[in-house]
Amino acid sequence: MPLNKSIKKVLVIGSGPIIIGQAAEFDYSGTQACQAIKDEGIEVILVNSNPATIMTDRGMATNTYIEPLTAEYLEKIIKRERPDSVIAGMGGQTGLNLACELYDKGVFDKYGVNVIGTSIPSIKEGEDRDSFKRLMERTNQPIAPSEIVTDVESGIAFAKKIGYPVIVRPAYTLGGTGGGIAENEEELITILSQGLHLSRVGQVLLEKSIKGWKEIEFEVMRDGAGNCITICSMENVDPVGVHTGDSIVVAPALTLADKEYQMLRKAAIDIINSIEIKGGCNVQFALNPNSFEYAVIEINPRVSRSSALASKATGYPIAKIAAKIALGYNLDEILNAVTGKTYACFEPAIDYVVTKIPKWPFDKFFGAKRNLGTKMMATGEIMAIGNTFESSLLKGVRSLEIKQYTLERESSKKRTMAELKQRVIIPDDERLFDLAEMIRRNYNLDKLAEITGMDLFFLHHIKNIVDAEEELKGYKLEDIDYDTMRRYKKMGFSDKGIAELIGVGGDEVYNRRIELGIKPVYKMVDTCAGEFEAVSPYYYSTYDEVSESSPSGRKKVIVIGSGPIRIGQGIEFDYCSVHSVLSLERANVETIIINNNPETVSTDFDTSDKLYFEPLTEEDVYNIIELEKPDGVILQFGGQTAIKLANFLADMNVPVLGTQPKYIDEAEDREKFDEMLEKLDIKRPKGKAVWSVKEGIEEANKLEYPLLVRPSYVLGGQGMEITRNEVDLVRYLTDAFQKDKHNPVLIDRYLGGRELEVDAICDGSDVLIPGIMEHLERAGVHSGDSISIYPPQHVSDDIIEKIKDVTYRIAIELKVIGMINIQFIEFKGELYIIEVNPRSSRTVPYITKVTNVPVIDIATRIMLGETLKDMGYSTGIAPKTNTVAIKVPVFSTEKLPMVEVSLGPEMRSTGEVLGVGKTYLEAMYKGFVAAGTTIPKPGSTILVTVRDLDKENFLPIAKRFAACGCGFIATSGTAKLLEQNDIPVQTVKKISEGVPNVLDIIRSGVVDLIIDIPKKGNDVNSDGFKIRRTAIECSISLMTSLDTVGALVDVMEERYTTDNVNIISLADIH
Amino acid sequence: MKAQLILENGVRFEGRLFGADKEIAGEVVFTTGMTGYQETLTDPSFAGQIVTMTFPLIGNYGINLEDNEAKHTNLKGFVVREKADYPSNFRNEMNLDDFLKEQGVVGLEGVDTRALTRIIREHGVMNGVIMKGNPTDEEVKSLMETLNNKNVIMETTAKEVYTVNEPGKVKVAFIDMGAKQGIIRDLAKRDCAITVFPADTKPEDIEAINPDLVFLSNGPGDPLDAPGTVDTVKALIGKFPICGICMGHQIIGLALGCKTKKLKFGHHGGNHPVKDLETGNVYITSQNHNYIVSDYPDGVEETFVNVNDGTCEGIRHKTLPIQSVQFHPEASPGPLDTAYVFDRFLKEVK
Repeated sequence: MPLNKSIKKVLVIGSGPIIIGQAAEFDYSGTQACQAIKDEGIEVILVNSNPATIMTDRGMATNTYIEPLTAEYLEKIIKRERPDSVIAGMGGQTGLNLACELYDKGVFDKYGVNVIGTSIPSIKEGEDRDSFKRLMERTNQPIAPSEIVTDVESGIAFAKKIGYPVIVRPAYTLGGTGGGIAENEEELITILSQGLHLSRVGQVLLEKSIKGWKEIEFEVMRDGAGNCITICSMENVDPVGVHTGDSIVVAPALTLADKEYQMLRKAAIDIINSIEIKGGCNVQFALNPNSFEYAVIEINPRVSRSSALASKATGYPIAKIAAKIALGYNLDEILNAVTGKTYACFEPAIDYVVTKIPKWPFDKFFGAKRNLGTKMMATGEIMAIGNTFESSLLKGVRSLEIKQYTLERESSKKRTMAELKQRVIIPDDERLFDLAEMIRRNYNLDKLAEITGMDLFFLHHIKNIVDAEEELKGYKLEDIDYDTMRRYKKMGFSDKGIAELIGVGGDEVYNRRIELGIKPVYKMVDTCAGEFEAVSPYYYSTYDEVSESSPSGRKKVIVIGSGPIRIGQGIEFDYCSVHSVLSLERANVETIIINNNPETVSTDFDTSDKLYFEPLTEEDVYNIIELEKPDGVILQFGGQTAIKLANFLADMNVPVLGTQPKYIDEAEDREKFDEMLEKLDIKRPKGKAVWSVKEGIEEANKLEYPLLVRPSYVLGGQGMEITRNEVDLVRYLTDAFQKDKHNPVLIDRYLGGRELEVDAICDGSDVLIPGIMEHLERAGVHSGDSISIYPPQHVSDDIIEKIKDVTYRIAIELKVIGMINIQFIEFKGELYIIEVNPRSSRTVPYITKVTNVPVIDIATRIMLGETLKDMGYSTGIAPKTNTVAIKVPVFSTEKLPMVEVSLGPEMRSTGEVLGVGKTYLEAMYKGFVAAGTTIPKPGSTILVTVRDLDKENFLPIAKRFAACGCGFIATSGTAKLLEQNDIPVQTVKKISEGVPNVLDIIRSGVVDLIIDIPKKGNDVNSDGFKIRRTAIECSISLMTSLDTVGALVDVMEERYTTDNVNIISLADIH
Repeated sequence: MKAQLILENGVRFEGRLFGADKEIAGEVVFTTGMTGYQETLTDPSFAGQIVTMTFPLIGNYGINLEDNEAKHTNLKGFVVREKADYPSNFRNEMNLDDFLKEQGVVGLEGVDTRALTRIIREHGVMNGVIMKGNPTDEEVKSLMETLNNKNVIMETTAKEVYTVNEPGKVKVAFIDMGAKQGIIRDLAKRDCAITVFPADTKPEDIEAINPDLVFLSNGPGDPLDAPGTVDTVKALIGKFPICGICMGHQIIGLALGCKTKKLKFGHHGGNHPVKDLETGNVYITSQNHNYIVSDYPDGVEETFVNVNDGTCEGIRHKTLPIQSVQFHPEASPGPLDTAYVFDRFLKEVK
């Protein structure tokens, strides 16, 4: 059937903030869907609370609402916009759950909204564990013995029947939240209670463990006529037992014979036919490695992380095609954009190996329990393409930005064989390197396959790499001849990797390679293994002879992407890269993107004129530069990943557009930066770099406590702390110098003032500030984790003038061309500068949307030579818009066991939501709602523990809560304070005082909000740490800064409800 | 040992020899299937050809004796980017290298198979040779000239009449043009008693067993090289229901008065979409052919069409019980989506 002409206006529901298990892949799929629908001349109404996304840009949808993703707000928007249709499967689990809720509440019926694409009853068949089981029975598909339980007792009984280990999977949760493998009854009780709590429907599936079976996924598409195709098979290198989001995954499946492959493919198609999917669906199988026995693990009747990966792995745009199917088209009516000739109704043929490796946040969270299991912990992922498994894997490893260029890892080398063995049995993020180390020490491969469950095929190929590494160690640079060099390059070794192994510098290997005349060529990803002529400009490198990428003679610019999503460098940078490309295209410049993140819009081959899916190392980037000879390279939009290439590219005489590397260095180098501030007479908190504990104590006494201490090379505030006395300082310094003797520790006076932030655009003579952002939490909380307010509400005109002046002078002095981000502290009426980033920052998408200033477009055009004046802008702050917009951070720490959750100088949030209101408090209210924060109301119970330092400040807040009818529960110290001030409070035992104690109270579910103001974070043994962990693990709203609590009280007193707030679309902001 | 694949247009690809230690000439084709190299190796339709796998890692799951499509291989050479020396699968019995040695097939690894595929795509199917070292143009020419694929059907067909699944209810006279075991297996599964005849069987031999259905198998080469079989089928039209697959389909087409054409580089792989014109549904099929049926006379209609290039994928006679398909419903290797075609064939049996 062709286009369904009755569809005029479609509601698309986004996936909300980036959290672990739901990341940029839904920006990619949502953006594709919006475009695909708009291309048909159909209106699109988009709702997504996440301002960092590309999909929520003006122009992507007909009208966009950055509003809380709750059924109530959705209903208000439906009522106002009256869409005739809704597409449910584009916004991840969040979008799907919301669509189900609206359907169940009859909202769609009430307003005459049709669900297009896969129907809600079909979705439910796959999602709800019980109906899934019935579906599998109906379609004769095997599943592991399982039972749905709703209480712990029946769970224990069932586990006794099927035997341990038992897998626990809560229904309707993301990334397997709350799931796990229980080896015994004790573990089962813990995991099951938590799982029951976290499941939206209070259902948990208990399942016999098939740990160690191969885990195989199929991405399947089906249209309304019942045509069914599989896009891609994927094989998890880590077998069943590790969440697929935490597994190394290859595409296509590499160890299946045709008989096994076709058996699973047919099963996947039979399943989606039986539930009449209209769009994309993911089916996961476990396959017994010793027989044809298999079990269906789960199906996801929507686009997913896997579908994004499959799209990038094959060149087949799953989300776009799914949207077209929802609009009525059949697969044989949709053209394949890659070939331009064939139709979407075919199965991609791959002629390369794709490897996906997860990016875990453990470099930020030292204390985290890193064991991988059925709960996903990775924040992002990289993808690498090679035409051998080895090259694909090695490219992947160096894309992770973990300073690994080979499989030889220092930490693994230090471990004993027994330790290594233990570590590969219970895997963590270093398993690949531990395995390689065991292979290096000649551990028996068959045994290794047995204890890890990994297929021998993979282990043999890893052994190939290890053997090559050992061979290389025997070489001298001058002994490496053409054939040898070519062999190792074909295998995927980087110059740097070879250099490390033979003990020379990376540039020496590079020079040798060039001397030998060995350069990579670029092959095309074309969906058809070369069978048809393709027009897709999507490439990967190999060391073959024939290249398929021929540089054009046009003016061209390379935009360097930002790599995998991680804490501190998220989707915002993809937003910037994509917008820069769009701007360049408007300027008629050929655009080239280099990036390695399969989840993003930037790696959609439709985004730029050419896409190179490659690691972002100096070598890999430079190889492309040498081929393409661009007129310029843009680094400002790819976060630290791109910025750290600046000096290298300058050394290689590559034209860098925008701020020159010399000045980037000046802003990044602390000493040079200090000199500049001194010269400009701009204040910054006094500080010093110290090299020893003794020197630290001396400087501390000069500077006075409290002090902000941090290692000198930091990203996202890693390792940063506030110390309030000498004891804390000595502990910090001792620890820091033990970890790293070669770099100083920075000690700064800590100023507990108001933080302010600007993103500014400079053309060398004028400096435009689109808007100033005020942080709710005072200095000491990482800027990425604080609530950010635009326009500022509590800042004097004098300070605003100063911000304007200082920003102007710094930008001019640093000869900024393009973007600069500056963070300030206002302390006792004075303005201090705390950080300057000579690049685009994570607040750019937010500030762009709320100020209506097309920040990236302006910055890009400036880099191409235009001036602010040419574009009608001038020095100063852009006019305020008619709304207040507040960015609220969102965390995923509940998914990371043993990680501190309180706000502090180290960034911990993974995403953000926006609250837009006519007034400050309305915006704050919506921000809290969008972030899922419980706003207390009369009768709410608040558990509170406040450090002595803040008791006085807390008291007025407590009184206001009490006046609103909230009750308190507290441990003895805080309880005493409240009692003394005639505020009713129920005292609970501290953890050391026996049971039932404060943790039991939290778990019992009587608490609505927890306020815990910690003395200091990261102490896993403290009561506070346990309270905070228990709070988030039980999904109870937690506040750890009094500034946030203050705003919450303000909002609470306004008594907002969904009914008395406005809904505001982007079109309403002007 | 270093060796080269040299195409008739002079392009050379260097690689390493494996499998049988000899030099051969053949028609160079590629297949895009990502799994199923063993079925490909043993598919008689590849007789006389040098087959290139577009997927770069071949041999990963080894060779088992169950998945062979014929008793032995018929192709001449096998070109891969990388062969697996350590295959891993619970059914693995041999590795690829040893299997090719045992079967006398020349292997060449380390070739930029994508570049090779693109040349075939642009220039069409070409003859080629695999030779050791760095042979001179004269040496290449003289080996190239030995190539003659005119007789491949007779080289691969059954040498004598035999039967499969004798107790079956439906009596099938199966003309073996170089048949894949998968077709016989799928017929036997549907309760057919199959009498397999060589390709040069006379109509009288078939009439003698009075079959319920005459079936023509797949096979290698050009249907015009099998005029005898075409005549046999012509003689049987109207007397028995007739069905066929691939080469069998082309033979039936010629017997009904259609023409055949050579495609530039054929269809080889497991991802070809065909539309069933009866239901309008599209299925993914396994294909392996260089020729197609065209120019149908009155009385013949198209039943399946290739979604990508619109070529003929199946025909039927409007009044007589005759139908055939170009693709491989038996899969092996490839998707199992069109197994229903066998049921449709058997409905022709009254």
